[in-house]
Amino acid sequence: MAVLLAFLVAAIASNWFWALDFLHVAGGGLWTGTDLFVGLVVGPILGRLSIPARVEFSARFMPKMVLIMPTLVVLTLASGLQLARVMGNLAVPYPNHWWLLASFIVVGVMAVIALGILEPANLAVLFELKKPKPNGLLIAKLMRRFIYTAGITGVMQIATLVIMTRIATW
Amino acid sequence: MTNSLDGERRLPRVAELAVTSMALVIVAGIYLAAYLPRQGPLLLPTALVAVSAALLLANAFILLRLRDFAWGRFFLVAGWAWLAYLLIAGMLEFVFLIDQTRGALLTLMTVILLIFSLDVPILLGFSVARYQGTANSQPV
Repeated sequence: MAVLLAFLVAAIASNWFWALDFLHVAGGGLWTGTDLFVGLVVGPILGRLSIPARVEFSARFMPKMVLIMPTLVVLTLASGLQLARVMGNLAVPYPNHWWLLASFIVVGVMAVIALGILEPANLAVLFELKKPKPNGLLIAKLMRRFIYTAGITGVMQIATLVIMTRIATW
Repeated sequence: MTNSLDGERRLPRVAELAVTSMALVIVAGIYLAAYLPRQGPLLLPTALVAVSAALLLANAFILLRLRDFAWGRFFLVAGWAWLAYLLIAGMLEFVFLIDQTRGALLTLMTVILLIFSLDVPILLGFSVARYQGTANSQPV
């Protein structure tokens, strides 16, 4: 994480075009891919498992997600904003500017859902799992919240893919 | 404060207030970003940020009045989250400075990032602590 963040700072400070492009494309691709995979593949499978199986899976899966996702988000957003400035994309006139605005709105909605619902549920499950006797009902309820919101952000990521490929080819 | 079967305690709507406060600064940020690289009108985003700041303060007040609450867990989670989100906010502030953002716009963006970096830790800390056992702990 520290190496990636240092790389990000260097890329932004020097306006290193390749590095900004790499961080935005690689970070965004991994973020989108992970969100889609978790929301649309892992989530529904997890929803059909027994509570002990869910608990065991979550205990190994959640700590990694807590570290990976915020790192991918900051790499993608910070490099993306700088890349847009360097390429002059922020200054494009309307109607193309609507695509930029749409990308900001999609990211904003995803941020509210991810930080307001998904991440709190994620952390609450982690701490519940650390208890000597975890509450299965609570874990099931929080995991449902996690799965639904991961699904919603996954679908919103498809909108991001459409917008980003549109911006890259206008 | 009673407990339901799944262990969820009835507590003040701290999480909802934090999400609302966060959503308001995100809307203000999107509004300002929509005008980049020019500076857009500051009236609406300033109003949104002011309401968000008021909600943050009200939330802190409500939170600090809680008595039967796992403050140890709250500060553990909120502290680390604050560190992480301060880093993220610092990174975005760095981008604004590199891009020569100055004056009232920079001040507003800084306040937005500051509120954001406080709302998220409160939300995460509260979401964990509400399900933890307490020993009638007091805020420290």
